[in-house]
Amino acid sequence: MNVSAAPHVRSKDTTSSIMRDVAIALAPTLIFGIWNFNRYGYGLNAFLLIVICVVFCVGTEFIYEKLMKKPNTIGDLSAVVTGLILALNLPATLPLWIAALGSIFAILVVKMVYGGLGQNFMNPALGARCFLVISFAARMTAFPAEFPGVSVGVDTVATATPLTALKAGATVDVFKMFIGTTSGTIGETSVVAVLIGAIYLVARKVISLRIPVTFIVTTLVFVELFGGHMGDMNYLLAHLCGGGLVVGAFFMATDYVTSPITPMGQIVFGIIIGILTGIFRLFGGSAEGVSYAIIITNLLVPLIERFTMPKAFGKEAVKK
Amino acid sequence: MKESNFKYIINGLIKENPTFVLMLGMCPTMAVTTAAMNGLGMGLSTTVVLVLSNIMISALRKVIPDTVRMPAYIVVVASFVTIVQFLLQAYVPSLYAALGLYIPLIVVNCIILGRAESFASKNGVIASMCDGIGMGLGFTCALTIIAAVREFFGAGTIFGIDAIKHLGYEPVSILVLAPGAFLVLSVLTALQNKLKAPSATNVPQGDSIACGGNCFNCADKICSENHGKLAEAKAAFLAEKAAKAEAAKAAKAAAEAKPAEEVKPAEENK
Repeated sequence: MNVSAAPHVRSKDTTSSIMRDVAIALAPTLIFGIWNFNRYGYGLNAFLLIVICVVFCVGTEFIYEKLMKKPNTIGDLSAVVTGLILALNLPATLPLWIAALGSIFAILVVKMVYGGLGQNFMNPALGARCFLVISFAARMTAFPAEFPGVSVGVDTVATATPLTALKAGATVDVFKMFIGTTSGTIGETSVVAVLIGAIYLVARKVISLRIPVTFIVTTLVFVELFGGHMGDMNYLLAHLCGGGLVVGAFFMATDYVTSPITPMGQIVFGIIIGILTGIFRLFGGSAEGVSYAIIITNLLVPLIERFTMPKAFGKEAVKK
Repeated sequence: MKESNFKYIINGLIKENPTFVLMLGMCPTMAVTTAAMNGLGMGLSTTVVLVLSNIMISALRKVIPDTVRMPAYIVVVASFVTIVQFLLQAYVPSLYAALGLYIPLIVVNCIILGRAESFASKNGVIASMCDGIGMGLGFTCALTIIAAVREFFGAGTIFGIDAIKHLGYEPVSILVLAPGAFLVLSVLTALQNKLKAPSATNVPQGDSIACGGNCFNCADKICSENHGKLAEAKAAFLAEKAAKAEAAKAAKAAAEAKPAEEVKPAEENK
């Protein structure tokens, strides 16, 4: 008889295999982003932004660990994923040095000084995005113009994203937003490309649907109830397809480190992000609020987990 | 000036710097350090109030009944703050406008109440004055440094003078906003700890002592106990260092002696 210590059933998943899956799942979105913004003349810049983000994220982690004499962890690929997600959140017109600064901030300030992967209290890429949005507000919202034939030149690049237009009361083409041939950050425009990656992640069981679905459904219910367009399907779908809702739900809210691990906790987590996103979108100063909603809810994760701790088999419920 | 009085000044400036070591008065530290001038102005205003209130409270320490000392301190501090506030409003209106609400809030600045409670109420007038000067200058230096860093990177200027902006530097404006205060303060404090700058807690076992390195919790018996523990730790550390140096010396001497011995037979062979 073979006797060995537990655990007897081991998963083949490792951090690097999971991160590799996430990187593969992000590929359609990134490729679509480069193609989409190439139409505006920013394809090369979008590509370079992605490269710079990845290089600086990995490089920062490597140099930090060298200087601090810590074990090298760049092999787990989490810095690569952070770089890719940060790149998704940048407008294609952004100067490269801002992307580099954001990458350094993401890894150094949000991740490494708290102890590296697993210890960061907020999604590093989103933390860096918010850092950049607050620091360089004009550059971070300089989205390429919708019609390159109409407005040419650096001074006129800033244009409204579909969501801004929607907030201003304009009608938007939901089908175009679904396909993604609109303006915005590199990774947020195409719902189709995000869904392809999301299906891959769900099929590979890297993410569960609990967080994305509760997040999206809550946002839509909130928008339906308080948006002032009760029953207007076009308005609702525009909120679904516009901005970073779908990409945020599948790729950013599901980050393992900064989301709850209990199933009940994940549902609560998704609902809170959804409500916050709705509040920020409808009543906030700017048209989009997904990234702020996610990082604020990241901070609530320890609390959520504490209240959704499942009862251990054969034991009484944990006393609160 | 007596040597001990001078020690009180240095103590406040470096060893028990109110901002970087005691972590007192964080509210004005975070709020007004958006520009170097504001930091300097806030620091000096606080210094004036601190010195005057320390003198007054020390002089009245035998008169003030123990049970109502807090209200008494606040009355003293508030009077001086009001004077400083009116002076600022009259002579430097721009600074007055920039600091705004934070001038009246000096009344409840925990450095001032902290020093009144833990120093001025137990020591003589001259010593209290020196303590006030040291603590005030320490606070001023810390505020000015934080504010200068924030202004330099967040606006590209220092004391309002264009430093790097004309070189095409694009300001990272988050640094002059609220999050920047936390970032800069934490980085500066981390640097100070990393570089082992002299302070009350930057000694071996400094963080394991009872008060957790918070000098504000230090009072009477615990204080002297902690100082004893720190002195012990320091002595042990120095002894260890000396022993190591001795050992190294011995090893070096041995190493030097060895080749000499080895060389000798070689010479004999010749």
